[in-house]
Amino acid sequence: MSEQHLSRRRLLSLGGLSLGGLALAGCDRLSRAPSARGFLSEAERLTFAAQRTLLSRHALAREFTAADLSPTFRANGTLMPDTQEYERLLERRFADWRLTIDGLVQRPMSLSLAELQRLPSRTQITRHDCVEGWSAIGQWTGVQLGLLLKAAGLAPDARYLVFHCADNLGGEALKGGDQSAGRYYESIDLIDAFHPQTILAYRLNGAPLDIPHGAPLRLRVERQLGYKHAKYVMRIEAVRSFRHIAGGKGGYWEDKGYEWYAGI
Amino acid sequence: MQYAGVPFQQVWRSKRLAEGGRMSTQTEVAAEPPPAKPPTREIIYRHRVATRITHWISALCVAILLMSGLQIFNAHPRLYWGEAGAYADPAAFEIGAYDDESGPRGVARFGDFEIDTTGVLGVSMGARGRPAVQAFPAWATLPGHRDLATGRRWHFFFAWLLVINGFFYLTFSLANGHFRRDLLPTRSELRPRQLLRQIVEHARLRFPKGEAAKRYNALQKLSYLTIIFVVLPTMVLTGLSMSPGFNAAAPWLSDLFGGRQSARTIHFIAAALILLFVVVHLLMVVLAGPWNEVRSMITGRYAVPPEKTS
Repeated sequence: MSEQHLSRRRLLSLGGLSLGGLALAGCDRLSRAPSARGFLSEAERLTFAAQRTLLSRHALAREFTAADLSPTFRANGTLMPDTQEYERLLERRFADWRLTIDGLVQRPMSLSLAELQRLPSRTQITRHDCVEGWSAIGQWTGVQLGLLLKAAGLAPDARYLVFHCADNLGGEALKGGDQSAGRYYESIDLIDAFHPQTILAYRLNGAPLDIPHGAPLRLRVERQLGYKHAKYVMRIEAVRSFRHIAGGKGGYWEDKGYEWYAGI
Repeated sequence: MQYAGVPFQQVWRSKRLAEGGRMSTQTEVAAEPPPAKPPTREIIYRHRVATRITHWISALCVAILLMSGLQIFNAHPRLYWGEAGAYADPAAFEIGAYDDESGPRGVARFGDFEIDTTGVLGVSMGARGRPAVQAFPAWATLPGHRDLATGRRWHFFFAWLLVINGFFYLTFSLANGHFRRDLLPTRSELRPRQLLRQIVEHARLRFPKGEAAKRYNALQKLSYLTIIFVVLPTMVLTGLSMSPGFNAAAPWLSDLFGGRQSARTIHFIAAALILLFVVVHLLMVVLAGPWNEVRSMITGRYAVPPEKTS
């Protein structure tokens, strides 16, 4: 009888161990299953709801002093857009560049860099947090997005702002259509869009924005991770939903599985 | 292995009959005891159902959080002190890789101190069975291949589950007296001489028997309390300190840890402490009798090791 127990115990222990092994392999397989991914993604809704409910929507990201500036502000993602369109703009130092604001707005707009720079500006020294884990502190100067949106007049059914960019991080552009698969884009909701620190920046650390950091214009959404801060912004589109754009998840990295709400 | 001559099932059945379904401490005596060895085997109800359920949920969460955490760490295997830090800045700790004649080598650096860690850290077997440049090896991360987005999905889901589970655990344990009765060390247990004695006993792998085995010993109490009230809360708070959304609303929290990158470093150190706790905890389970210990955390019932050694 005791021998039986022993063998049963050993069997159970072995079973336990192999279950552990299977669980690990299972986690990897689960990671690929759409239903499991969907289930895990529920945490993002919880995080978004918790942060938007419990934390002040108007809270400002901390602003630092010049003494806190990072000696080197790391550039990530696209460092040099390789589209012909961008090369042409670069040749004339963005003199032909124009920012388009359209979609669900009452007065669609098209602004040159000089026009943007004549508008009231905001300068802020903030910490940039990359999803990879590093942080850098930089000084940004630009025009508040809220100011432009008020001028353009959002339609009542507009819920998100989509930022269409010049860079093609995903590689080869698909032929035809203005939103090719690899084109960088991002989206934010109206709470972040009208936040006072949400600016379209054209200066970094006192100098004109350089190419690796998104020249001529990039978005700053200070309470979210780096990939939300779209570089090389060409067009801002007000939409009711971003389901119809590219992968439908609201951004280049979102289409690759990253959270749309990147406040964490 | 027989329990003093009485098959386990017999004890189990007779215990349940004797109890009439009530759960209490009781000594079982077989119907016909052989005169030489009194076949006593005491089974006590050791862990309440709330403790057991929250224990296993925590165990699952901790395993997944540690592994998905390493996946996230691998995306930037450097740790800093202060508010900011990136590749151009000096790192307090770093896992890296470089090439020499023999192929890729992995290194771990603490400031200026460097150790070769090829095979484990920096360079190890990849998911495809070839040496790959990755800070922590594929077998330690979730998912096994490099996938930061999915690692974050696992991490945040199980972080929420751990916090919700922890809330239930705290509520139950306050209400049912688990903390006061089982985890709060007595004054005499905290005397240095007593603690020293406990440490010596543990080092000799001699575990309490009889009456003493019915309670947690002082080292157990202190390590459980440290994990529950110091390390896990530190984990949650340093985790929140890395959220830019949370930082904006409550900047004082990351200040408490010396800035966002310091919080990330402390998050990693606390994770290492949790791993150390888990390793020692499992080792103790194995040494103290894995069958009995694991069963007590599943069914709640624990066979008290007899006073006399056989």
